[in-house]
Amino acid sequence: MSTARNEWPLWEVFVRSKQGLEHKHSGSLHAVDAAQALQMARDVYTRRQEGVSIWVVPSSQITASAPDDKAELFEPMADKIYRHPTFYEIPDEVGHM
Amino acid sequence: MARAQSVVHAALEDMLHLADSALVLGQRNAEWCGHGPVLEEDIAMANISLDLIGQARLLYQHAAAIMADGSTEDSLAYFRDPQDFRNYTLLELPHHGPLAGTAAAERDYATTIVRNFLYSALMVLRWDALQQSPDAQLAAIAAKSLKEVRYHLRHARDWLVRLGDGTEESHTRTQAALDHLMPYTAEFWADADTATATLQADWEACVDDALDEATLKRPAPGGHLSRGKHGQHSEHLSYLLGEMQSLARQHPGATW
Repeated sequence: MSTARNEWPLWEVFVRSKQGLEHKHSGSLHAVDAAQALQMARDVYTRRQEGVSIWVVPSSQITASAPDDKAELFEPMADKIYRHPTFYEIPDEVGHM
Repeated sequence: MARAQSVVHAALEDMLHLADSALVLGQRNAEWCGHGPVLEEDIAMANISLDLIGQARLLYQHAAAIMADGSTEDSLAYFRDPQDFRNYTLLELPHHGPLAGTAAAERDYATTIVRNFLYSALMVLRWDALQQSPDAQLAAIAAKSLKEVRYHLRHARDWLVRLGDGTEESHTRTQAALDHLMPYTAEFWADADTATATLQADWEACVDDALDEATLKRPAPGGHLSRGKHGQHSEHLSYLLGEMQSLARQHPGATW
């Protein structure tokens, strides 16, 4: 059993697909440093032609919302459907939004 | 006419040498599948093996088409015996030092990395040169393989530096692997064709640069000269082929 101290740090991997306009979270992996994380991300997450660009971010650098805060953070939005832009028609010349 | 035939023969021999080398190293490295030191490396090594086996397939198919004697990629891979294989001896050796008896002994990742580095450094140069081949099909295979092997070199070189310039344990093991494997690279240049011989200076520079960064000491040249590309192999190749070929030989012509 390796102790947490000896384990390589965890990285979050974001991959942009050929058609995609933004990087999407693909998963995570262990690597010694950023350069190695990038290389391993290539092998683990793009081996089926998933991507054309990769970002890696140390998992420890991500600040996440607490699951217990779910009620106050997200539930108030449930009854405010007028915030969805589906009520507007987007002119063609605007293009992708 | 006789001269034209001997040119075709030499080209075929070289193609089989390239194919056998890719297949044998691909098969050898595939032993790590499911046994890699970490999950990420396990997948990386399997990817590299699949690249190599893919290169071998293209080369066997092309060679079989030129031979036009009923040979197929499968007959070339599965129904030739060890002495017919033209791979470098370096590529058939097990993943451990000279004194462990069999491929079943505990594998040493430093050996795997050093071998991949020494071979990929050569193949980046060979595939690059072969892109200019008058054989259009071979030139296309070279262009595809070059992209793959550039990544293999990057992967192996990265680990070579990390292990060599790592802990005392990793340095010692990597140096031992280098001392063990380096003599086998003499075969790259011993009676090489002129096109390959011109690559030696670039290969030496690439190797010395990486060894320097990895704080590894290049062993003095000399010792034995392996002759795998002439069909004279170590005892390890027959075991490797035995495992790889047994299914196809027990069930000839079987399909999924």
